[in-house]
Amino acid sequence: MGGTRPGSDASHAVHTSDAHYEPVFAGEVERELEELLTHYPTKMAALLPALWIVQRERGWVSEEAMAEVAERLVLTPAYVKGVVTFYTMYHQHPVGKYFIQVCTTSPCGVCGAEDTLRALLEHTGCGELGATSADGRFTVVEAECLGACGFATPIMINEEFVESVNKDNVTDILSRLP
Amino acid sequence: MGYPHKPHPRETPILSRHFGDAEARTLDGWKKRGGYRALEKALGMTPEEIINEIKESGLRGRGGAGFPTGMKWSFMKHGDGKPHYLCVNADESEPGTFKDREIMRWTPHALVEGAAIGAYAIGAETAYIYIRGEFTEPLRMMGAAVKEAYAAGVIGRNAMGTGKRVDVYVHKGAGAYICGEETALMNSLEGKRGNPRPKPPFPAVAGLFAMPTTINNVETLTAVPHILNEGPAWYKAMSHSSPKSTGSKLFSVCGNIARPGNYEVEMGFPFKDFLYDVCGGPPPGRRFKAVIPGGSSVPIQTMEEAEATLMDYEGFIAQGSMLGSGGVIVFDDSQCMVKQIARLARFYAHESCAQCTQCREGTAWTTRILERIERGQGTMEDLDTLLSLSKQMTGTTICVLSDSCATPIVSGISKFRDEFEAHITGKRCPMGATAAA
Repeated sequence: MGGTRPGSDASHAVHTSDAHYEPVFAGEVERELEELLTHYPTKMAALLPALWIVQRERGWVSEEAMAEVAERLVLTPAYVKGVVTFYTMYHQHPVGKYFIQVCTTSPCGVCGAEDTLRALLEHTGCGELGATSADGRFTVVEAECLGACGFATPIMINEEFVESVNKDNVTDILSRLP
Repeated sequence: MGYPHKPHPRETPILSRHFGDAEARTLDGWKKRGGYRALEKALGMTPEEIINEIKESGLRGRGGAGFPTGMKWSFMKHGDGKPHYLCVNADESEPGTFKDREIMRWTPHALVEGAAIGAYAIGAETAYIYIRGEFTEPLRMMGAAVKEAYAAGVIGRNAMGTGKRVDVYVHKGAGAYICGEETALMNSLEGKRGNPRPKPPFPAVAGLFAMPTTINNVETLTAVPHILNEGPAWYKAMSHSSPKSTGSKLFSVCGNIARPGNYEVEMGFPFKDFLYDVCGGPPPGRRFKAVIPGGSSVPIQTMEEAEATLMDYEGFIAQGSMLGSGGVIVFDDSQCMVKQIARLARFYAHESCAQCTQCREGTAWTTRILERIERGQGTMEDLDTLLSLSKQMTGTTICVLSDSCATPIVSGISKFRDEFEAHITGKRCPMGATAAA
């Protein structure tokens, strides 16, 4: 145990309003968005890609960032939030340095995914699902089918896909992270 | 990682032939292996000629529904003055299915080529490849392949120097099973929540950006260049049972089985030989108990049904299930079916987009009841309630997600009723399993 959950007292202050918000879409990143807009006949269609850029640049998608994206794509902040919250992959609060998603859907479930998940929660110090370890390094969440069922248990560590994880090789995999 | 296995002698590696061959990932490597010959040929044909070849081959959609591909393409009216779009469904998220991932990881140019041909055949100048956000490696591979293909002039404003325009873009999803449903995918691509749309209008009339649109699965499009190169008769000859099922098919195999992985066999291959010979049978010391042969949304088969099945669209239906996406999930005799069905219901409850009441409420309530039974707190009445809810969840909503949740429940209760009753009368799981809290 020892993890903190978003919204709990310990982490609440981390993601309140930032008076000195630095726009994401400036310089190179702004040009990246402009190029993206040429792929689609509407500005709205660039919403998911734009949110991905925000998350890449900032690690999560804040309310301020949603407002910035809304302005860029001529949408309302409420609309953007409605989209952000529909999908599972946009973080609405800061997460650990390593965000770990563990597949526990049936095919992985019958191959020991629950044990893998328990081992990950223990060895990262997260303790519970969705919590960030006290050292800020890890957040572990359950994911529904990661689409690699033949290589149970697949996990994702940020953008990296790791296959065939089990309770016995968890410590080895974690120890290789810088 | 995890791939390739050495193809089994009884496999027919066509789409999977270059899996594990890193050189096949590059444009040069792909061309050396015969790549882009079919696109060059296609751009010299009329769309009607291409569609006729595909119709003649008997190719059917590999994403789950099995709709004839040539017929789908023929619904697009050429010369209507509107922009047409091709959507490539690479949102592979059906539990048990991981074949499109492998195609995109190892042979990304095969998909670029198939998508470019498909776009041209339906009169579209733009194809979007919608890849689920979790597929980071396929996204990298497809992104690199598209970039290479543009740089070499294979696609773009003047595809292969023919003056024809074919733009291909990779679009990254953001985590939602429902976006594999065709109209939900279109909404998602438009920058909206991934809610399925009522039909009609069908995509061929008003799809992406309200324009005529065709949507095809990754595996379907990847088969197209082979058909144009080798001819429809060659493709049609790969059929060993029903003449309505032709070609080769990738099956993803997972769960309690000796050699999980992707295997490619010809339509009509005996499922018994596939499970015991090609995939090596059950894990040591165990016996198979049940199979879900086409991704988690199709009915569960008993081993008696599975062993009598010939692997094609009609063959799976004849034995109480469906071919679906070809995701084969195998359960051995150490598994509690109540727990597995409860876990599947939880998956659908998590993935419901929540716009239809029958689905939003039905997936949530069936999950709660199933987990209660698994914990030993269920009653016989609960089984009737589950069947009644399942009935209300079938054929009553905008898309088939709630039907998919009901399917394993209904087939599970009818085929493994003794396990459900043992939980209820014994007030505990006889296998010692416990449902997740």
